[in-house]
Amino acid sequence: MPIEISEKTVKRDFIEKISKLSGQDVYKCYQCGTCGGACPMSDHMDAVPRKIMRMAQFGMEEAVTGSKTFWTCASCHSCSVNCPRGIDLARVMEAIRLLTLRKNLNMVEVSGLPAETVEELPQIALVSCFRKLTS
Amino acid sequence: MKISYYPGCTLKTKAKNLEEAAVASMAALGIEFEELSRWNCCGAVHSLADDDLIHHVAPVRDLVRAMEQGSDTVVTLCSMCYNTLARANMLMRQDETKRKTINDFMSEEKDYHGEVEVLHFLTFLRDQVGFDALRAKVKTPLNGLKVATYYGCTLVRPRDVSIEPTGDRQLMKSFLEALGATPVDFPDATLCCGSYQILSNPEAALDVVSGILGSAVSAGADALILSCPLCEYNLAKKQEHLLESNKIAKKIPVFYFTQLLAVALGLGGEACRFDLNEKSAVEFLKAKNVPVAASV
Repeated sequence: MPIEISEKTVKRDFIEKISKLSGQDVYKCYQCGTCGGACPMSDHMDAVPRKIMRMAQFGMEEAVTGSKTFWTCASCHSCSVNCPRGIDLARVMEAIRLLTLRKNLNMVEVSGLPAETVEELPQIALVSCFRKLTS
Repeated sequence: MKISYYPGCTLKTKAKNLEEAAVASMAALGIEFEELSRWNCCGAVHSLADDDLIHHVAPVRDLVRAMEQGSDTVVTLCSMCYNTLARANMLMRQDETKRKTINDFMSEEKDYHGEVEVLHFLTFLRDQVGFDALRAKVKTPLNGLKVATYYGCTLVRPRDVSIEPTGDRQLMKSFLEALGATPVDFPDATLCCGSYQILSNPEAALDVVSGILGSAVSAGADALILSCPLCEYNLAKKQEHLLESNKIAKKIPVFYFTQLLAVALGLGGEACRFDLNEKSAVEFLKAKNVPVAASV
């Protein structure tokens, strides 16, 4: 399916927001795919990190924020330490996550969690999950 | 050097086996650690967004506590606490603007500039105790125990807080050798266990976990050590489920590194709280003639 990329479609403010929140320059990415190769969760992502970076370069806000990639990221920094361009992709994923969460969305509904799950999990699992996936 | 010990939330509840084995071992090694008084949760993860400073307040407050109690070092056992405290500390040392904002916000606290050093207990054992000195204190060498060294992510990433910036995975290897065990390096030793995704995307996390466990078994390990309660939950507590769903071929006993330390120091397993480990792990120790507490 052809994708139209023009001045009208490129959301420059979206690129700027990512850059401001993450401190990273998405244009540095040259699409080598090392990030996805290093990512333990990439099999479960609908778009590998490389693709997210490319879509971000073109300001494709809906496509980026509509993907599940940044919800699947566990912030393990494998991509960041392996990127030959020195991009901290974990920060880019965090920025995209926050741009979505700050619209008062929750990826995990705390009140909907089964009591036995909360009872069984170590505290750091709950704290880290709520920190990353709730607003 | 005055050292504060920072336990973190999970070590007081689900991971008492990580903490109690360590505290007993410290006493046996003659290390004087003082538990940080009035510590609070570190926040478990480091905030990665440039405008999100409020989440650095919790770990920085812990470091301020250590400073005001006259400590120049904080030692942690949990990998996630280590990562969060070490990165907050680095931020306070390196970023003048953010440091000022955070210090101004915490107007009731003394200003903090990164005065305290954050160390993981493994680093402390290597640099302050020394593995030769540790070897000399071993009373029950763990001969014949082939143990996989699992680091996960937060001990080694990002590189500037890594307990081994060189990435050559020597620390746990030397640690186990000092205890008389046979260390087993394996390809997935620093792969993330899926972390908190076990809650939000369990299928993805369990796929990674089964890969890690299979990788350790294939490398010839008959047990695995780690230092993070979240990794322990994913890699140990989920094994039964993974075996039932044919995602792993066999189970592998999982221990906190501090538990093997305590056993090797001759503490007899009494301090190790093996009752909190999986039953198969305790059976494995008994089969290997490693002492466990009579009650387990």
